[in-house]
Amino acid sequence: MALDLVPLWTAILAFGVFMYVLLDGFDLGVGILFPLAHGVQERSLMMNSIAPIWDFNETWLVLGGVGLLAAFPIAFAIIIPAVYFPILFMLVGLIFRGVAFEFSHLAKKRAFWSGGFFVGSLVATFSQGVVLGTYVQGIPVSGRAFVGGSFDWLTPFALLTGLGLIAGYGLLGACWLVMKTEGELQAWARRMARGFTIGVAAFVAMVSVWTPLLEPQVRSRWFGGDHPFWLWPVPLVTAGLFVWLWRSIARGHFAPFLAGMGIFLMAYIGLGISIFPLVVPYTYDLWQSAASPSSQAFLMIGTLFLLPIILGYTVYSYYVFRGKVQAGTGYGHAEGTH
Amino acid sequence: MDQALLLSRLQFAWVIALHILLPAFTVGLAAYIAVLEGLFFFGRRPVFLRLSRYWLRIFAVSFGMGVVSGIVMPFQFGTNWSRYSEITGGVTGPLMAYEVLTAFFLEAGFLGILLFGRDKVPPWVHFFAGVMVAGGTLLSTFWILAANSWMQTPAGYGIVDGRFVPVDWWKAVFTPSFPYRLVHTTMAFFITTAFAVIGVAAYHLRHDRYLEESVTMQKMGFGLLAILVPLQVFIGDQHGLNTLEYQPVKIAAIEANWETQSHMPLLLFAWPDERAERNDFEVAIPELGSLILRHHVDGVVPGLKDWKPGDRPPVAIPFFSFRIMVGIGLAMLAMTLAGLWVWYRGRLSTTRWFQRLCLAAMPLGFIAVIAGWVTTEVGRQPWVVYGLLRTRDAVTPSLRGGDVTVSILVYIAAYIVIFGSGVYFLARLARGGFGPAEPDLQPFPTQKRPISGATRVT
Repeated sequence: MALDLVPLWTAILAFGVFMYVLLDGFDLGVGILFPLAHGVQERSLMMNSIAPIWDFNETWLVLGGVGLLAAFPIAFAIIIPAVYFPILFMLVGLIFRGVAFEFSHLAKKRAFWSGGFFVGSLVATFSQGVVLGTYVQGIPVSGRAFVGGSFDWLTPFALLTGLGLIAGYGLLGACWLVMKTEGELQAWARRMARGFTIGVAAFVAMVSVWTPLLEPQVRSRWFGGDHPFWLWPVPLVTAGLFVWLWRSIARGHFAPFLAGMGIFLMAYIGLGISIFPLVVPYTYDLWQSAASPSSQAFLMIGTLFLLPIILGYTVYSYYVFRGKVQAGTGYGHAEGTH
Repeated sequence: MDQALLLSRLQFAWVIALHILLPAFTVGLAAYIAVLEGLFFFGRRPVFLRLSRYWLRIFAVSFGMGVVSGIVMPFQFGTNWSRYSEITGGVTGPLMAYEVLTAFFLEAGFLGILLFGRDKVPPWVHFFAGVMVAGGTLLSTFWILAANSWMQTPAGYGIVDGRFVPVDWWKAVFTPSFPYRLVHTTMAFFITTAFAVIGVAAYHLRHDRYLEESVTMQKMGFGLLAILVPLQVFIGDQHGLNTLEYQPVKIAAIEANWETQSHMPLLLFAWPDERAERNDFEVAIPELGSLILRHHVDGVVPGLKDWKPGDRPPVAIPFFSFRIMVGIGLAMLAMTLAGLWVWYRGRLSTTRWFQRLCLAAMPLGFIAVIAGWVTTEVGRQPWVVYGLLRTRDAVTPSLRGGDVTVSILVYIAAYIVIFGSGVYFLARLARGGFGPAEPDLQPFPTQKRPISGATRVT
């Protein structure tokens, strides 16, 4: 009997999706904050701070999607059709915000592409939140197929998680800017971070109350059974992270970003506790929807080898573009020196 | 359901046809930039640095468009082709995942350094970043064509519980059509880029600008074409023979050949009538079809009537798209010979008619790539996995026609805006030349403008 790779695959995919949420989270968040900033210079700095890394960050989304297809094809085939329209809106949003990095200053009418950068970021974020909500509220399944309607995602709960993710990415974006900028822009980012912290706390509270009410499995996982004690750290640590975040916003440089990521991690762990070992809530578990062992093994060999290399040059690339982002000429090289 | 199927097919064709235009350009361009960076790194001739900077700006815009339109693709398998995902995911999923792991991360990880990092890293690291980006695009081509080839000529699989299960990964990756498709497609991408580079150079030469840069571009371009175009004719022929062996009905459709026959003529033109199972208005060269496909006039070529009507691909589409592709290939061969002649005479910078011709030839590679893709994909129908899984059994069962109507309209509108603007901006960047950015590209003082690959390439 071959080694059961499902737990390892689950860990790798969970890691990939979380990397995506963190990394594209902060750069989508910068897009969400974009129109709130005053002045062309500030907005340019904001875009500068993510220009060298955004497409790398989005690659984790492709890894999440394709990894799910490869390791858990049944889950992929059920979940994605259930969120047909949110996925469509997410993709189109990502397209418009992605090309805005290049188009917005090549165009004579910059406002159109700057607007696309903001609206695309906002729509993509909201759609991802709706996908999350639709997922948590459960997907109707018959056999190996989604059997619900095209608008099953249009529920108060899913719309709430959509708004919640806007607040969450906005917070990460603001914390990123606190870390990457200085002076007035940084002071502004600190104010934004405060506002978004309140928003995120409110959404986390609402979702934490609503989810167990919505779904018996989640309720019994958190409030029934024998192990509520060892789940206590999750809400306690989350609360502690909020306190740390709130206190560090005034003076910290890295701390707010770390605390924000910590809050995302705790929310992510909370989601995992709620649905594990299911991968299609609330029907298929990880093992039932997994690809054949030979598919898993073939991909695992390369993944174990490649993932450390990828993380290595990720760190290097971030290291090259470390430090505070500078205006214009300080970044890279002056234009006329060909 | 039938409406959802048809619209899903059209939607996939739309998003992939527009997406493929970008790799068709950036795979070759990334390699070109890596070569330019290498020539500058080892030789220090300034012209190579100027060329690399120039093409990097154009690369940044096209690559960005390629990334965002590429993200759409894997999700199509989930949204519209969930049965395909469920049934083939065990085989095609890992191939696509390897594309992400080996190629996308490599490209994206080093792209920032290539575009923005010239002054932040040592020169050899910058050169290395260029090589990694180029290598990433080639690895991407490798894996995605492995997945496509498996759908064309499946191998190395078993079927368990109605789903494909890999039993021999070596065979599943290196399927019978894969080596031919990989070489044929990669060379097509390089040739497409070479014609684009030559056309841009011709534009500057017509305006008597940037002579050193433009002549260098044309010499490099025609030098590459002199090797690749004749080789491509040979590879194309080999690919055809391979298709005849493994997908004979596709060849029968490409040739609009209804009866199994020896001494098959080569149809230059015809109007296939699928209902009557015959062609109208045939213009043919006797014997040549058998000669090309079997390398002998007595060679027997299978006809469409050997298959039930429900197992045949559409005939007219591959018939015509194949002829467009081959016609363009022959035109490229002629242009390459002409270019080498003009170069030999030392007149690349002064021959006006040839510069106009080079400019007009810029889209040829792109059209040929699309035509070739249409030929091979439509020729595979009615199967999505040749002989094993029908396209109509691969669509998402929960989809309704109305859903796909909305999504296809959204994709069409979005892509028209994005690709329309993209082509416009690329043309403007190319026309802008090698000096400081054109004044009309600088609506704001430098310090206040955001960086991007296109204007901040260093």
